[in-house]
Amino acid sequence: MFDWLFRYANPARFMGLSGKLLPWLSAAALLALAVGLYLGFSAPPDYQQGRTVLILFVHVPAAIMATLVYGCIAVASLFSLVNRHLLADVAARTAAPLGAGFTFLALTTGSLWGKPMWGAWWAWGDSRLTSTLVQFFLYLGYIALWNAIEDETRAARVCAVLALVGAVNIPIIKFSVDWWATLHQGESIVSGKLAGVFLTPFLFMMVFYMLLFACLWLVRIRTVILERRVRALMGAA
Amino acid sequence: MNFDMSPYGAFIWPAYGLTVIVLGGLTLWTIARWRAVKAKLASLEKP
Repeated sequence: MFDWLFRYANPARFMGLSGKLLPWLSAAALLALAVGLYLGFSAPPDYQQGRTVLILFVHVPAAIMATLVYGCIAVASLFSLVNRHLLADVAARTAAPLGAGFTFLALTTGSLWGKPMWGAWWAWGDSRLTSTLVQFFLYLGYIALWNAIEDETRAARVCAVLALVGAVNIPIIKFSVDWWATLHQGESIVSGKLAGVFLTPFLFMMVFYMLLFACLWLVRIRTVILERRVRALMGAA
Repeated sequence: MNFDMSPYGAFIWPAYGLTVIVLGGLTLWTIARWRAVKAKLASLEKP
Protein backbone atom coordinates (compact mmCIF):
# COMPACT_ATOMS: atom_id res chain seq x y z
CA MET A 1 0.00 0.00 0.00
CA PHE A 2 2.81 2.41 0.87
CA ASP A 3 5.27 1.09 -1.73
CA TRP A 4 5.19 4.40 -3.65
CA LEU A 5 6.08 6.26 -0.45
CA PHE A 6 8.96 3.97 0.43
CA ARG A 7 10.29 4.33 -3.15
CA TYR A 8 10.88 8.03 -2.44
CA ALA A 9 12.02 7.35 1.11
CA ASN A 10 15.30 6.13 -0.35
CA PRO A 11 17.73 9.01 0.54
CA ALA A 12 19.21 9.24 -2.99
CA ARG A 13 15.79 9.36 -4.66
CA PHE A 14 14.55 11.77 -2.02
CA MET A 15 17.46 14.15 -2.65
CA GLY A 16 16.80 14.09 -6.41
CA LEU A 17 13.05 14.65 -6.20
CA SER A 18 13.15 17.26 -3.42
CA GLY A 19 15.90 19.17 -5.26
CA LYS A 20 13.63 19.45 -8.29
CA LEU A 21 10.53 20.37 -6.26
CA LEU A 22 12.06 23.04 -4.00
CA PRO A 23 12.39 25.93 -6.52
CA TRP A 24 8.75 25.49 -7.60
CA LEU A 25 7.44 25.22 -4.05
CA SER A 26 9.43 28.30 -2.97
CA ALA A 27 8.14 30.36 -5.91
CA ALA A 28 4.56 29.27 -5.23
CA ALA A 29 4.97 30.15 -1.52
CA LEU A 30 6.20 33.67 -2.34
CA LEU A 31 3.34 34.18 -4.79
CA ALA A 32 0.73 33.01 -2.25
CA LEU A 33 2.27 35.32 0.39
CA ALA A 34 2.20 38.35 -1.93
CA VAL A 35 -1.43 37.76 -3.00
CA GLY A 36 -2.53 36.93 0.56
CA LEU A 37 -0.98 40.08 2.02
CA TYR A 38 -2.32 42.27 -0.79
CA LEU A 39 -5.88 40.95 -0.44
CA GLY A 40 -5.66 40.96 3.36
CA PHE A 41 -4.51 44.55 3.67
CA SER A 42 -7.08 45.58 1.03
CA ALA A 43 -9.98 43.93 2.90
CA PRO A 44 -12.45 46.26 4.65
CA PRO A 45 -12.66 46.34 8.47
CA ASP A 46 -14.95 43.71 9.99
CA TYR A 47 -18.13 45.26 11.40
CA GLN A 48 -17.39 43.81 14.86
CA GLN A 49 -13.63 43.21 14.96
CA GLY A 50 -12.52 46.23 12.97
CA ARG A 51 -9.06 45.75 11.47
CA THR A 52 -8.04 43.14 14.06
CA VAL A 53 -9.40 40.70 11.48
CA LEU A 54 -5.94 41.11 9.89
CA ILE A 55 -4.47 39.18 12.84
CA LEU A 56 -6.58 36.16 11.87
CA PHE A 57 -4.73 35.90 8.54
CA VAL A 58 -1.53 35.07 10.42
CA HIS A 59 -3.04 33.45 13.54
CA VAL A 60 -5.45 30.87 12.08
CA PRO A 61 -2.97 29.37 9.54
CA ALA A 62 -0.35 29.16 12.33
CA ALA A 63 -2.83 27.34 14.58
CA ILE A 64 -3.83 24.92 11.81
CA MET A 65 -0.18 24.25 10.95
CA ALA A 66 0.66 23.68 14.63
CA THR A 67 -1.73 20.72 14.68
CA LEU A 68 -1.03 19.56 11.11
CA VAL A 69 2.73 19.39 11.72
CA TYR A 70 2.14 17.37 14.89
CA GLY A 71 0.00 15.01 12.79
CA CYS A 72 2.91 14.66 10.31
CA ILE A 73 5.27 13.86 13.20
CA ALA A 74 2.83 11.26 14.56
CA VAL A 75 2.47 9.56 11.12
CA ALA A 76 6.27 9.60 10.58
CA SER A 77 6.72 8.18 14.10
CA LEU A 78 4.29 5.37 13.32
CA PHE A 79 6.27 4.50 10.17
CA SER A 80 9.46 4.74 12.23
CA LEU A 81 8.20 2.24 14.81
CA VAL A 82 6.51 -0.16 12.35
CA ASN A 83 8.86 -0.03 9.34
CA ARG A 84 12.06 1.11 11.08
CA HIS A 85 12.75 3.47 8.21
CA LEU A 86 15.63 5.92 8.60
CA LEU A 87 13.92 8.75 6.71
CA ALA A 88 10.81 8.46 8.91
CA ASP A 89 12.97 9.25 11.97
CA VAL A 90 14.59 12.16 10.16
CA ALA A 91 11.22 13.47 8.94
CA ALA A 92 9.73 13.41 12.46
CA ARG A 93 12.77 15.01 14.06
CA THR A 94 13.17 17.81 11.52
CA ALA A 95 9.48 18.80 11.60
CA ALA A 96 9.41 19.37 15.37
CA PRO A 97 11.13 22.80 15.57
CA LEU A 98 8.90 24.04 12.73
CA GLY A 99 5.79 22.83 14.57
CA ALA A 100 7.00 24.47 17.78
CA GLY A 101 7.45 27.74 15.86
CA PHE A 102 3.93 27.58 14.43
CA THR A 103 2.47 26.79 17.86
CA PHE A 104 4.36 29.68 19.46
CA LEU A 105 2.99 31.98 16.73
CA ALA A 106 -0.56 30.67 17.20
CA LEU A 107 -0.38 31.33 20.96
CA THR A 108 1.17 34.80 20.76
CA THR A 109 -0.84 36.17 17.81
CA GLY A 110 -4.00 34.73 19.38
CA SER A 111 -3.16 36.57 22.57
CA LEU A 112 -2.65 39.82 20.61
CA TRP A 113 -6.10 39.34 19.08
CA GLY A 114 -7.72 38.32 22.37
CA LYS A 115 -6.75 41.42 24.32
CA PRO A 116 -8.70 43.96 22.19
CA MET A 117 -11.57 41.55 21.40
CA TRP A 118 -12.03 39.61 24.67
CA GLY A 119 -10.40 42.11 27.02
CA ALA A 120 -7.89 39.45 28.15
CA TRP A 121 -4.47 38.26 26.94
CA TRP A 122 -5.13 34.74 28.14
CA ALA A 123 -7.96 32.67 29.68
CA TRP A 124 -6.80 29.61 31.65
CA GLY A 125 -10.30 28.16 31.70
CA ASP A 126 -10.46 28.08 27.90
CA SER A 127 -9.91 24.53 26.62
CA ARG A 128 -8.70 25.56 23.12
CA LEU A 129 -6.01 27.85 24.55
CA THR A 130 -4.91 25.39 27.22
CA SER A 131 -4.76 22.38 24.87
CA THR A 132 -2.69 24.43 22.38
CA LEU A 133 -0.32 25.39 25.20
CA VAL A 134 -0.04 21.67 26.08
CA GLN A 135 0.86 21.01 22.44
CA PHE A 136 3.61 23.64 22.63
CA PHE A 137 5.08 21.88 25.68
CA LEU A 138 4.79 18.52 23.86
CA TYR A 139 6.88 19.95 21.02
CA LEU A 140 9.48 21.30 23.48
CA GLY A 141 9.55 17.96 25.33
CA TYR A 142 9.95 16.05 22.05
CA ILE A 143 12.86 18.27 20.93
CA ALA A 144 14.51 18.07 24.37
CA LEU A 145 14.20 14.27 24.42
CA TRP A 146 15.83 13.94 20.97
CA ASN A 147 18.75 16.04 22.19
CA ALA A 148 19.02 14.27 25.55
CA ILE A 149 19.57 10.73 24.20
CA GLU A 150 22.93 10.22 22.49
CA ASP A 151 22.15 6.92 20.74
CA GLU A 152 20.11 8.05 17.69
CA THR A 153 18.30 4.72 17.23
CA ARG A 154 17.16 4.70 20.84
CA ALA A 155 16.25 8.40 20.71
CA ALA A 156 14.12 7.76 17.61
CA ARG A 157 12.19 4.93 19.33
CA VAL A 158 11.57 6.85 22.56
CA CYS A 159 10.58 10.04 20.72
CA ALA A 160 8.26 8.13 18.38
CA VAL A 161 6.40 6.73 21.39
CA LEU A 162 6.15 10.21 22.95
CA ALA A 163 4.86 11.66 19.64
CA LEU A 164 2.18 8.96 19.33
CA VAL A 165 1.05 9.39 22.95
CA GLY A 166 0.94 13.17 22.45
CA ALA A 167 -1.20 12.74 19.33
CA VAL A 168 -4.18 12.22 21.64
CA ASN A 169 -4.09 16.01 22.07
CA ILE A 170 -4.92 16.59 18.37
CA PRO A 171 -8.66 15.74 18.57
CA ILE A 172 -8.84 17.55 21.92
CA ILE A 173 -7.58 20.76 20.25
CA LYS A 174 -9.84 20.30 17.22
CA PHE A 175 -13.05 19.54 19.09
CA SER A 176 -12.43 21.56 22.27
CA VAL A 177 -14.69 24.35 21.01
CA ASP A 178 -17.53 21.80 20.48
CA TRP A 179 -17.04 19.71 23.63
CA TRP A 180 -16.74 22.54 26.13
CA ALA A 181 -18.09 26.08 26.50
CA THR A 182 -15.09 28.18 25.47
CA LEU A 183 -14.25 31.82 25.02
CA HIS A 184 -12.60 30.84 21.73
CA GLN A 185 -15.07 30.93 18.85
CA GLY A 186 -16.07 27.75 17.06
CA GLU A 187 -15.11 26.58 13.60
CA SER A 188 -15.99 29.25 11.03
CA ILE A 189 -14.16 28.38 7.79
CA VAL A 190 -15.53 24.99 6.63
CA SER A 191 -19.00 25.95 7.92
CA GLY A 192 -18.96 28.97 5.58
CA LYS A 193 -19.40 31.59 8.33
CA LEU A 194 -16.41 33.64 7.10
CA ALA A 195 -17.31 36.29 4.50
CA GLY A 196 -15.69 35.85 1.09
CA VAL A 197 -13.77 39.11 1.41
CA PHE A 198 -11.89 37.60 4.39
CA LEU A 199 -11.95 33.97 3.25
CA THR A 200 -9.92 34.57 0.05
CA PRO A 201 -6.91 36.25 1.74
CA PHE A 202 -7.09 33.66 4.52
CA LEU A 203 -6.89 30.81 1.96
CA PHE A 204 -3.87 32.39 0.23
CA MET A 205 -2.13 32.81 3.60
CA MET A 206 -3.00 29.21 4.49
CA VAL A 207 -1.44 28.02 1.22
CA PHE A 208 1.64 30.15 1.99
CA TYR A 209 2.05 28.60 5.46
CA MET A 210 1.68 25.08 4.03
CA LEU A 211 4.17 25.68 1.21
CA LEU A 212 6.63 27.36 3.58
CA PHE A 213 6.44 24.34 5.88
CA ALA A 214 6.91 21.98 2.92
CA CYS A 215 10.01 23.91 1.74
CA LEU A 216 11.60 24.16 5.18
CA TRP A 217 10.84 20.52 6.01
CA LEU A 218 12.40 19.29 2.76
CA VAL A 219 15.52 21.43 3.26
CA ARG A 220 15.89 20.24 6.86
CA ILE A 221 15.57 16.57 5.83
CA ARG A 222 18.12 17.15 3.04
CA THR A 223 20.44 18.79 5.61
CA VAL A 224 20.32 15.76 7.93
CA ILE A 225 21.00 13.40 5.00
CA LEU A 226 24.09 15.44 4.08
CA GLU A 227 25.16 15.62 7.75
CA ARG A 228 25.14 11.82 7.85
CA ARG A 229 27.29 11.73 4.71
CA VAL A 230 29.71 14.19 6.35
CA ARG A 231 29.90 12.02 9.48
CA ALA A 232 30.49 8.92 7.35
CA LEU A 233 33.30 10.65 5.43
CA MET A 234 34.89 11.95 8.63
CA GLY A 235 34.66 8.49 10.18
CA ALA A 236 36.32 6.94 7.12
CA ALA A 237 39.12 9.50 7.07
CA MET B 1 -4.14 48.64 0.36
CA ASN B 2 -5.00 50.27 3.64
CA PHE B 3 -2.34 50.49 6.38
CA ASP B 4 -4.42 52.47 8.84
CA MET B 5 -4.91 50.08 11.80
CA SER B 6 -6.45 52.54 14.25
CA PRO B 7 -7.39 51.96 16.98
CA TYR B 8 -5.81 48.46 17.02
CA GLY B 9 -2.34 49.15 15.59
CA ALA B 10 -0.71 48.28 18.94
CA PHE B 11 -1.99 44.71 18.54
CA ILE B 12 -1.94 44.17 14.75
CA TRP B 13 1.63 45.33 14.00
CA PRO B 14 3.22 43.26 16.82
CA ALA B 15 1.30 40.20 15.53
CA TYR B 16 2.77 40.71 12.05
CA GLY B 17 6.19 41.58 13.50
CA LEU B 18 6.26 38.35 15.52
CA THR B 19 5.21 36.38 12.45
CA VAL B 20 8.07 37.87 10.42
CA ILE B 21 10.57 37.17 13.25
CA VAL B 22 9.46 33.55 13.84
CA LEU B 23 8.93 32.47 10.20
CA GLY B 24 11.93 34.50 8.99
CA GLY B 25 14.07 33.10 11.81
CA LEU B 26 13.09 29.49 11.01
CA THR B 27 13.83 30.12 7.31
CA LEU B 28 17.24 31.73 7.94
CA TRP B 29 18.21 29.03 10.47
CA THR B 30 17.22 26.27 8.02
CA ILE B 31 19.14 27.86 5.11
CA ALA B 32 22.22 28.56 7.28
CA ARG B 33 22.40 24.90 8.41
CA TRP B 34 21.96 23.68 4.81
CA ARG B 35 24.74 25.97 3.52
CA ALA B 36 27.07 25.00 6.38
CA VAL B 37 26.68 21.26 5.78
CA LYS B 38 27.05 21.71 2.01
CA ALA B 39 30.29 23.66 2.53
CA LYS B 40 31.58 21.00 4.96
CA LEU B 41 30.76 18.20 2.51
CA ALA B 42 32.43 20.06 -0.36
CA SER B 43 35.62 20.51 1.69
CA LEU B 44 35.67 16.79 2.60
CA GLU B 45 35.03 15.63 -0.97
CA LYS B 46 37.73 17.91 -2.42
CA PRO B 47 40.46 15.68 -3.86
